[in-house]
Amino acid sequence: MDVDWSADLQAVALTLKLAFVVTLLLLAIGTPLAWWLAHTRSRWKAPLAALVALPLVLPPTVLGFYLLMLMGPHGLVGQATQALGIGLLPFSFSGLVIASMLYSMPFVVQPIQTAFEAIGARPLEAAATLRAGPWERFVHVALPLARRGVITAAVLGFAHTVGEFGVVLMIGGNIPGATRVISTQLYSHVEALEYPAAHRLAAVLLLFSFAVLLWVYRLSPKGALLASTAPDGVPRP
Amino acid sequence: MTLSLPRGLFALTLAALAFSAHADELQVAVAANFSAAAQKIAAQFEHDTGNTVKLSFGATGKFYAQITAGAPFDVLLAADQATPARLVAEGKAIPATLHTYAIGKLVLWSADPALVDAKGEILKSDKWKHLSVADAKLAPYGQAAKETLAQLKLTDAVQSRVVTAENIGQAWQFVQTGNAELGFVALGQVQPPDGSRVPGSMWLVPDNLYTPIKQDAVVISASKVRAAATAFVDYLASDKARVVIKAYGYSW
Repeated sequence: MDVDWSADLQAVALTLKLAFVVTLLLLAIGTPLAWWLAHTRSRWKAPLAALVALPLVLPPTVLGFYLLMLMGPHGLVGQATQALGIGLLPFSFSGLVIASMLYSMPFVVQPIQTAFEAIGARPLEAAATLRAGPWERFVHVALPLARRGVITAAVLGFAHTVGEFGVVLMIGGNIPGATRVISTQLYSHVEALEYPAAHRLAAVLLLFSFAVLLWVYRLSPKGALLASTAPDGVPRP
Repeated sequence: MTLSLPRGLFALTLAALAFSAHADELQVAVAANFSAAAQKIAAQFEHDTGNTVKLSFGATGKFYAQITAGAPFDVLLAADQATPARLVAEGKAIPATLHTYAIGKLVLWSADPALVDAKGEILKSDKWKHLSVADAKLAPYGQAAKETLAQLKLTDAVQSRVVTAENIGQAWQFVQTGNAELGFVALGQVQPPDGSRVPGSMWLVPDNLYTPIKQDAVVISASKVRAAATAFVDYLASDKARVVIKAYGYSW
């Protein structure tokens, strides 16, 4: 059982690393995307929003299976990464990061988009009359007003990546230190009928998730996660 | 052709079952690696006996957990011997019905038609990056692959290049999609009996390199249709069923 513990700890550490990297990258990509979705009148808005939300619909193992094919040597992405000299993405930490980003994307983009939309035009117009440029309006007005949405997005994206299972199972290859995360390790314990080890790891995962969600709900006492992202002092439209 | 006595008795049993007044419905839990063969055999059994067979496919370990929790299965066709034995030991399965219905064969396979040689020497080379293997803890084929590597004294040499699949089906996916150049999979996956042989190269791992992958069947004690369940488990040892079992790459 001692050996199992260290394997479990390694899986926990890897999971946290994965969730951190994915959350940071998703905030970097998701915030501008959410801004664009909140303000654009382009005819591409609906298709792009739908595309972002798609991972909510697809069963994770199915998503993982298609990623395995796409990123494989015969897939489009796989051929591109090979041509670029990166090699193939499945069975690597980078592969997991990319897959997790797709999978957790809606959980990050949607709260931020809702928060941006809730700000409305007036604070930005007011800033514009004070000669704030687009970048200043975004950084000094929009972002602070939408901060709850951003925090909710970060927490949800992080938690969702921690709990991710199907995608990792399909493209991970269960390599210790590279792709063996909590959920696959837990699954492996259950399947091997190692119930005590499974219970222990499940307890860790549950406590962690509970703490995260508790924190989010404290942050937004009115309850509903996605609906409560209206920034302080700005009435909902 | 004259019928031998056991065979004659067996035919009589089948006939009796076929003409019995009511037909039973069986719930059979089938290890994923045997699913295609089980469908064929179940269809024949239904035809011969008039009973209905409902098959569920999945991992043996999951079935164990479900049966222990009271899942309404009448028969378990496991991927191993340990799980049925454990159910018997716990009084949840009927010892008299326990027997080996299939023995799996392990192959080293690649989607590249030129990669794998007839002796598996490729394992010793560095012409490949990933070797797909089912989890030895979870899958009997994974255990067999582990033993094979140990016998060849290659465990350490390949360790950093092994990607572990949850089950033999996933090990097959990894290698079939080319993400892993090599993989230890089941013969039945490589040569399905419908003739749709997948192009690639393979090495049929010699029997002396791994413990035979024996798969046991057993009737669950809680079954309410024990007679029909026992008939189904017996049917797996019939000539008719064995033709199918062999066609799918298993012996018995």
